[in-house]
Amino acid sequence: MSTVYNLKREVEKPARLTGGHRLCAGCGAGVVVAGVLRALNNEDRAVVVNATSCLEVSTFMYPYTAYMDSFIHSAFENSAATCSGVEAAYNALQRRGKVDGTVKFITFAGDGGTYDIGFQSLSGAMERGHDMVYVCYDNEAYMNTGIQRSSSTPRFARTTTSPVGSVGQGKKQNKKDLTEILVAHNIPYVAQTAPLGNFKDLHSKSYKAIYTEGPCFLNILSPCPRGWDYPMAKLAEITKLAVDTCVWPLFEVEEGVWHLSYTPKKKLPVEEFLRPQGRFRHMFQPGNEWMIAEAQAYVDQKWERLLERTGA
Amino acid sequence: MSHRLSGNEAVAYAMKQINPDVMGAFPITPSTEIPEYFADYVANGEVNTEYVAVESEHSSMSVCIAAQAAGARSVCATSSCGLALMYELLYVAASCRLPITLACVNRALSGPININHDYSDSMGARDSGWIQIYAENNQEAYDNFLMAMPIGETPNVRLPVMACMDGFITSHAVENIELLETDAVRRFIGEYNPEHYLLKKENPLAVGPYDISPYYMEHKVLEAEAMKAAKARILEVAAAFEKISGRHYGLFEEYRMEDAELALVLMGSTAGTAKAAIDKLREDGVKAGLVKIRVFRPFPGEELARALAGTRAVAVMDKSEGFSANGGPLFAETCGALYGLKERPHLIDIVYGLGGRDVRVEDIEKVFGRLANIAATGETGPVYVHMGQRSREEIA
Repeated sequence: MSTVYNLKREVEKPARLTGGHRLCAGCGAGVVVAGVLRALNNEDRAVVVNATSCLEVSTFMYPYTAYMDSFIHSAFENSAATCSGVEAAYNALQRRGKVDGTVKFITFAGDGGTYDIGFQSLSGAMERGHDMVYVCYDNEAYMNTGIQRSSSTPRFARTTTSPVGSVGQGKKQNKKDLTEILVAHNIPYVAQTAPLGNFKDLHSKSYKAIYTEGPCFLNILSPCPRGWDYPMAKLAEITKLAVDTCVWPLFEVEEGVWHLSYTPKKKLPVEEFLRPQGRFRHMFQPGNEWMIAEAQAYVDQKWERLLERTGA
Repeated sequence: MSHRLSGNEAVAYAMKQINPDVMGAFPITPSTEIPEYFADYVANGEVNTEYVAVESEHSSMSVCIAAQAAGARSVCATSSCGLALMYELLYVAASCRLPITLACVNRALSGPININHDYSDSMGARDSGWIQIYAENNQEAYDNFLMAMPIGETPNVRLPVMACMDGFITSHAVENIELLETDAVRRFIGEYNPEHYLLKKENPLAVGPYDISPYYMEHKVLEAEAMKAAKARILEVAAAFEKISGRHYGLFEEYRMEDAELALVLMGSTAGTAKAAIDKLREDGVKAGLVKIRVFRPFPGEELARALAGTRAVAVMDKSEGFSANGGPLFAETCGALYGLKERPHLIDIVYGLGGRDVRVEDIEKVFGRLANIAATGETGPVYVHMGQRSREEIA
């Protein structure tokens, strides 16, 4: 790969996730998956793994698959173990001269399949050190079943299992910091990115993750127009606001060394990100100003900690 | 060559002779020794299997599913709650038509937690689409494991196989058994060369779709047809195995059934106890016999009906409860099998041995005593009973 990123050249590569899949218009998942797979060198093969998710049911509905590469889906909570099984088979068959050529192993799972039900399987696979990439497309709730809270759902967000009512004010807990937990696994590469701008950040992190030996983890923000309740044309705008408010900072940790990928020229107030989304609408009711203040304080605290860690 | 081996060691040794591509390994009593022995083979370079020591049985089965789909021959071992944790994936393995081989060392399910033998674990998985073959002793545990792959990997079968043995009774007791030479084993098992697999360079494969109503049922019927086809294949493989081992296997074993009027239907190591009881009773002129079910899935219904057609009274002995309020799972299958007979024997169900409770020769003799009474009087009495159940007062 040329060291200089060129979007035009990248999008001219043959697509590995083809059009015609059934994801919603304005969904981040398809954009994320296409963006990650684009980082594969043309001559390399891949086996793509999915956890049960919107992505899986939308990209492989029998008898049609949207993937040009080999693909396996087994269940909801085992995509990391599944990927490690494919990688184990590759090692065994290569040792016995039954397979040749470079094959990369890439798992995609939502936040429910990663932060919650697939957490054990993920931790196990990372600890064992399989040569694989695990990508969480994080849309901050169980969207495939119709918008239920996960441990990735941010505080105050309205979901069908953290509703807003006369007493309830959306989710009570803050979002689990999964990226940090993955860093604690001491794996070669962990990064947080988003489908942003010309996709340079997502592309270069995907390339590093795919071509770094050993287990690598990408946490990629993946806005959901249904669950977040925003107009579907605003995917890019919402993503940009998440990054510019520092709600979703972009950083990477290579061999334990933290590096901040992007510092907003002007750090926007968190309400810029919250306001366009229906899931946070109740935070803007009179009397609920404290919610916005607490959300801001939480983002500020996490951001300061990240700046310390990255030495930025 | 004769060797003194425990059931676990015999199965681990079979795995070593096979040298599978991938093993998903996780400990649970009483199957733990299998991955332990195998880890030694790996550490000593006696096999070049990719040994994946995972963090749960759910992941060991996930690894096996993925590896087998990728084109690798995969094995694992488990028991009890470990099998229960795999349940979701047992169905995935079978529906993806992946001929994984699982050594199931049967143990009672929690709760209450109990580490000893009964069949509540694999009986819970009886409808998962796996072939299930049960061993009476260490020799059969070894032999059945060797026959599993030639059965499961056949193109018109392509189903996973659970090779079961009784926890502790078989898995930990040491017996003299005959082992085959490794070369003979390798020739018998052959190479695993699936037509389609994930790592095939020429033609990418997609496995595990979202399957909608217009297709799902067709896929399930194909799976059902494969299970039907497995019956003939099991017998073919048994015939081929007999040629290299001299040991004969069928879908079940009939013991002194030629002229039997009173018969038992049961599985596993209890068969040894039952055979001893039958030999004693035969000396007294009682026409007693036994059908030891070896293959529970596919269930040999028609064959069993023929075997029991001449009997007057039959006791099914279930070593798992089932909680159907209508008898255990082996009883239900046997009832179903016998229904087509014009003249049916009297049939009772005796649930016994739960959580490893011992069953002795005299217990079996009592069962035959009851069968003799049923045959003489024509009165069946209670159809579904629990053997050796103590009263509340006795327990207190």
